Amino acid sequence: MLDLRIEPPTSCRSVLGTIVTDIAEGDRICLLGPSGIGKTTLLNVIVGLDESVPAGAVQRAPNLRIGYLFQEHRLLPWRTLRQNLRLVGVRPHEVEPLLAQVGLAGCGNHLPDQLSLGMARRAALARCLAVKPDLLLLDEPFASLDPQRAQSLRRLIGELLEARPRMAMICVTHDIRDAGELANRIWYLDGQPARLQWDERLASGGDVAGITRKLRSLEHKVV
Amino acid sequence: MKAAPWIHWIALPTSLLIWGLVAALLDTPLLPGPLAVLQTLWGEVRAGELQHHLGVTLRRVLLSFALAMALGTLLGVWMGRAPLVNALLDPLLVLFLNLPALVTIILLYVWLGLVETAAVLAVVINKVPNVAVTVREGARSLDHRLEQMAAVYHFTRWQRLAHVWTPQLFPYLMAATRGGLALIWKIVLVVELLGRSDGVGFQLHMAFQVFDVASLLAYSLAFIAVVQVIELAVLQPLERRASYWRQAGGRHA
Repeated sequence: MLDLRIEPPTSCRSVLGTIVTDIAEGDRICLLGPSGIGKTTLLNVIVGLDESVPAGAVQRAPNLRIGYLFQEHRLLPWRTLRQNLRLVGVRPHEVEPLLAQVGLAGCGNHLPDQLSLGMARRAALARCLAVKPDLLLLDEPFASLDPQRAQSLRRLIGELLEARPRMAMICVTHDIRDAGELANRIWYLDGQPARLQWDERLASGGDVAGITRKLRSLEHKVV
Repeated sequence: MKAAPWIHWIALPTSLLIWGLVAALLDTPLLPGPLAVLQTLWGEVRAGELQHHLGVTLRRVLLSFALAMALGTLLGVWMGRAPLVNALLDPLLVLFLNLPALVTIILLYVWLGLVETAAVLAVVINKVPNVAVTVREGARSLDHRLEQMAAVYHFTRWQRLAHVWTPQLFPYLMAATRGGLALIWKIVLVVELLGRSDGVGFQLHMAFQVFDVASLLAYSLAFIAVVQVIELAVLQPLERRASYWRQAGGRHA
């Protein structure tokens, strides 16, 4: 559904180096890598926010719908959750079911700042789902949540993915357990400029130990 | 901490009292007391003069205010968003900011004659740079993260304007409005004094010719009262409504 062919000229000091890959339906990618290496930049390139990348570098399938969960919720703070969802095209009677799906039933009239961090992130997730995405981008969805809330959000995302087998996902994370639980494919981004040091479909999910071993060996190689 | 409401009602009555006392002590026609001014005011009301001149001035204020806000906002947003436009127009903006109101008024009366267009235009030219400078600050501080969000979720131009930009610009527009109204009605009085045959400014001019301090004070106070009503009845409710969401953080669900 999406072909990526980032090939910056060697003279150019860009964050991302050569990255050539593709994303297919049903891919559940966990994007791992050190802090500040360019994982968010890569998501921005994929969604089309990065104007320094030539237009041909990202080939999206026609009418590809992308839902993007930013690190911050980025809901409009002066609009209620209902208004925020209505703005991306949710019909009035669909608001409540959508909020219920992410565990926020009855919160339609709250302002984003009235919610806790975890709730605001769920609301932002509801907005991602509202556009009925073919590709879901999640930028560190579990960061700054206490373990319990992170686990419940992980479970929620797992359920949402299960209910939409054709949807693809890229989830930026630092936690290999996320990869074990959610991913069927691993991207490991490292180096300066950053390249995909590892891009592999996992035969079976949940092999945290195997992923850890492989990552260790990669970290040594890059350094 | 919030001050008790009655604190607001100390300064004005005290000033009124001091004015009355000083006027009674001096006992001169150059400083009439509050009662004398009130009598003059009532006389003008009964003659229909006050309403007429207040109405004319208010019409000029509102017209030039609307024009100045519209032009200034457009210019400010444009300059705030486009560095090229900003670099091009900034020297002009500084020039007009420092151009004395009196110079604009005289020049326009000389060039266009003592007509209504010249009067309104002079006020607009004086006010547009102030609005533009304030709104430009707002346009510069628009949150780029919300811009990205709007791009990802394919907001239409109208949605961006109404739901992303206007709420962010609102405090700046409000500041421009507050400062604007106060500045504009003062300039309008000068414009009327120099080249119009009606309006509060014209009446002040007439009163000045005969040192009629009671009329001077009656007309000024009447117009200050009008501006105060606009502030209380229009601006403050508008601001409360639009900044409702700011207090939301304290009331967590």
